[in-house]
Amino acid sequence: MAPVALLFLPLPLWCLAVTDKPNYSDLGAADPTTEPFWQACAEGRLIVQRCTACGAHQFYPRPFCLACEGTTLSWVECRGTGTIYSLTTMRLPVDPQLPPPYLLALVDLDEGPRLLTNIEAATAAIGDRVRVAWRQRDGLPPLPIFVPLRQP
Amino acid sequence: MPHALTTSPVYIVGAAETPLGKVTDQSEFSMVGLAAREALGEAGLGFRDVDALFTNYMGEEGSVQLGEYLGIRPRYAESSDMGGASFEFFVHHAMAAIAAGRCEVALIGYASRQRSRRNRKRSATALDGSLSAQFETPYGIHFPIGHYALSAARYMHQYGARLEHLAEIAVAARQWAMLNPKAWSRDPLTIDDVMASPMLSDPLRKLDCCLVTDGGGVVVVTGRDRARNAAKRPIRVLGAGESHVQWHVAQCPDLTVTPGLASGRDAFAMAGIQPGDVDVFEPYDNFTHSVLLYLEDLGFCKKGEAGDFVAEGRLRPGGSLPSMTSGGGLSYCHPGALGILLLIEAVRQLRGEAGDRQVRDAEIAVAHGTGGLAFSTASTVVLGRD
Repeated sequence: MAPVALLFLPLPLWCLAVTDKPNYSDLGAADPTTEPFWQACAEGRLIVQRCTACGAHQFYPRPFCLACEGTTLSWVECRGTGTIYSLTTMRLPVDPQLPPPYLLALVDLDEGPRLLTNIEAATAAIGDRVRVAWRQRDGLPPLPIFVPLRQP
Repeated sequence: MPHALTTSPVYIVGAAETPLGKVTDQSEFSMVGLAAREALGEAGLGFRDVDALFTNYMGEEGSVQLGEYLGIRPRYAESSDMGGASFEFFVHHAMAAIAAGRCEVALIGYASRQRSRRNRKRSATALDGSLSAQFETPYGIHFPIGHYALSAARYMHQYGARLEHLAEIAVAARQWAMLNPKAWSRDPLTIDDVMASPMLSDPLRKLDCCLVTDGGGVVVVTGRDRARNAAKRPIRVLGAGESHVQWHVAQCPDLTVTPGLASGRDAFAMAGIQPGDVDVFEPYDNFTHSVLLYLEDLGFCKKGEAGDFVAEGRLRPGGSLPSMTSGGGLSYCHPGALGILLLIEAVRQLRGEAGDRQVRDAEIAVAHGTGGLAFSTASTVVLGRD
């Protein structure tokens, strides 16, 4: 696993595409537009798109800016902190891997985009500050979840 | 404002339910077929008169499958998936098509046996590469209770609505259902009963959620010339509007506002009415708090004030805004897409054939549909006695 180091070696260009990373799109766990997001998750980085023209952040990714319709967007790393916009305790069985009850939330990242996620905590409330954490998954990229941000 | 739609009146001339509740002796197509026959019969029409067909949830290319079953080859057809509100959208579209001369007799119908088949899904399929599979399914969001719970929780946080306000919606629906022999749940229900039912996804309890039943129905829409033959009183479509917002819950900027804000505004403007003119309100009560949001978005009260608005039984039998008069999705029937039954109940109230639950002198009724995941879609239809 040394894909970043590979970039600095004097190799022919075609080698750049050859890494030992899984391609999540091939697994059905991503699509070509979200592949960079999940690759970043694999490195423990939470990224969203930022429009280089108007500065708006957006997520999920699109090949244009929803705010100004520009087409020059870059991926930027988030601070990883946000605020709970809404929250529910899911008490119904939905997924065998997730025994209820568990906290399901919408978190507004400090950069702006809103994510559906889980809060890993006994309790939480709307308005609470949270920070990103990672849930490891077999054969899939780590999933961004959130934990309470300890107040200083 | 002179407009083609106001100069070419359009009517609902037939309305019929399929069998409701638990249906084990019919298929979905035979259910629609028999209801279509009954609804067309009310209008003095038959299958051969239908030249426009609208359906949803009748399989792939649903209008093609339904058309084949009924022996109808339409010149105007649609099987758009706008969720449970599709049928209000279809009245809007049929109204415009008939007024523009593109068709004459539109049949709008659907049936489901989701209870008998037990085929209601709880989450989107994982690993299909879709955005839902990537960004919603892994978090265990129940489809759609989780989405609506996130809306309800935010609404209560933002405006101070209380659990009693949600429960009042379920109680009002039940009181109407007790007057409707076709309703699924007819036992007396109190606010305390609702608040003591099992919590599913906070703040939504079991009795805050609609039924899962079989059912469906058909309405027939046509212009003034064909409406003259109707055996029963034709009900005029005075106005209609529609909109949709988000599919993925995180993409909704404000979960306390629904696309009913836009669909209601357009429908009321076309009809030339104010909320105070509405005699009967048939909201899509998939969850109790949904009705609070519609009341605000359609202008019956200010944003955040619906909890107080519904207190003291305003929506119940004898209240000043009779709502969910069939018993609604909460107590009468919810076949997966309630929108068709909202139209049928509104028509029956305006015809004066609603029996024990008849609202006296009802002249204007509003059917307000929603669909999708936490208010993805909305369509509002204003109906009136001509």
